[in-house]
Amino acid sequence: MKVENKFKTFSLAATWAWMFFFALLPFALVLTASFLSHSDTQLLELPLTLNNYRNLNHGIYLRIFENSIIIASTSTLICLIIGYPFAYIITRLNGYLKSLCLMLIIIPFWTSSLIRSYALIAIIKGKGVLNTVLIALGIIHDPLPLLFTNTAVIIGLVYNLLPFMILPIMTNIERLDHRLVDAARDLGANRFTTFRRVIIPLSMPGIIAGCILVFLPAMTLFYISDILGGAKSILAGNLIQNKFLIAENWPMGAALSIVLTLMLIGMILIYLWASRGNKSGEWL
Amino acid sequence: MKLQTISRTSYLTLVYLFFYIPIAVLICYSFNNTQYSLVWQGFTWDWYVELFHDSDLWISALHSLILGLSAATLATAIGMLAAVTIYRYRFRGRGFLYGLIFILILSPEIVMGAALLILFTLLRFPLGFITLLLSHTTFCIPFVIVTTYGRLVSFDKNIFEAAKDLGATDGVIFKKIILPMLWPALAAGWLMSFTLSLDDVIISYFVAGPEFDILPLRIYSMVRAGVKPEINALCSVLIFVTLTLILLSQTALRKKS
Repeated sequence: MKVENKFKTFSLAATWAWMFFFALLPFALVLTASFLSHSDTQLLELPLTLNNYRNLNHGIYLRIFENSIIIASTSTLICLIIGYPFAYIITRLNGYLKSLCLMLIIIPFWTSSLIRSYALIAIIKGKGVLNTVLIALGIIHDPLPLLFTNTAVIIGLVYNLLPFMILPIMTNIERLDHRLVDAARDLGANRFTTFRRVIIPLSMPGIIAGCILVFLPAMTLFYISDILGGAKSILAGNLIQNKFLIAENWPMGAALSIVLTLMLIGMILIYLWASRGNKSGEWL
Repeated sequence: MKLQTISRTSYLTLVYLFFYIPIAVLICYSFNNTQYSLVWQGFTWDWYVELFHDSDLWISALHSLILGLSAATLATAIGMLAAVTIYRYRFRGRGFLYGLIFILILSPEIVMGAALLILFTLLRFPLGFITLLLSHTTFCIPFVIVTTYGRLVSFDKNIFEAAKDLGATDGVIFKKIILPMLWPALAAGWLMSFTLSLDDVIISYFVAGPEFDILPLRIYSMVRAGVKPEINALCSVLIFVTLTLILLSQTALRKKS
């Protein structure tokens, strides 16, 4: 009996030790730091204070968060609009073609996101590929000033995060009970009504999971706005990075990180709520 | 019906073009015989030759390789233990651990980077290889757990019962049954960790020290300084290496299964 439990004790201890030291403890430190103060000589010091959270109300932070939320929501919406039909079409393919299409979405996912963002510069810059093609086709006359704008950041985010929207939606549509779709058609619903009233509600958990996976990185991928954006395209991620590594105001950076974490928790709760509704739907 | 097929095919094609054109253009420009212009000026290997002679770059690449290999191996070992533990045992806090893993996958990398920076600073750990290794292992572990756990769930539980009845201890079951059956998932988890480690910018940006320069951070600072043909060449080489790795692993896994 004693020998038998040796493996269990060892693996449990290793798992918990790692999770405690490198996940729970660091997060507890961020939470604590967000209530501390700082000075020129000390990165973190007492007294405890709520000032970091009060300061979030300042114009500059509000403006950056607002801009970041607008950029992130726009990117999420575009990913959803492009990604949903894409995921839907792929799940209807069969066999070899389906695994090929899936493979082709996963390949960019494995290559460096930094490199792919850099690759976009040659496409969207003033004399880049996109403008050259559009002018040659006579669609526009003057090159679009895309690079170093919020639009460039949104293009970069969509380009990097689209697979994260497609994959959860695909998984969800695959598991969807197709008898429900057939039933809707048998009962006289046309294609569009079936899609809107049956397929979309049933794939809600996939949609929400995709939105979580796109929205939060879209607020924090600071190198994308750094490479593609202009002076005004500052994401919440750039702000946090600045507070920690340049301004050395760790308590403020920690408070901003906590705000992001609260947003994550809120989105997870929405997801849990939505997927509970879906399960009861499956039993029908 | 035919019209539907055409519109579906063209939709898929358009999205794939969006994915792949920038990469293709980048690779083309890496052979372009000009320093500044984006207009095609003829074929050249110059930028690759220049890369080859940049010794600092080789050092960062070597650092990244060492870091990726060790972080992936450590993460696979711990992730595998954790997945087996969660799968086989019912213990207090199991649900909590399970939730924690998903939160780690979903949580913004920047929060993890900042949290680890605070931890290492308070512990007076000098930033460098060790801090990078610990951080990379931490963000890779959840991915190994998810891949491994997915494979474990597909096992027939009776095998473990049979082994136990025949007198095998948990350690023996792990060595003789679980490990051999798990290896494709472990290979997949290892490879995923390796590429995650090679590509990570955000967390590394927080926990890297000046003495241990790694490739993604080096590329980041080069890119911020402006577009240069050497970067095109470097990125093309990296894309080629990653693609080869994926193709090799896919064929290896397919042969086995």
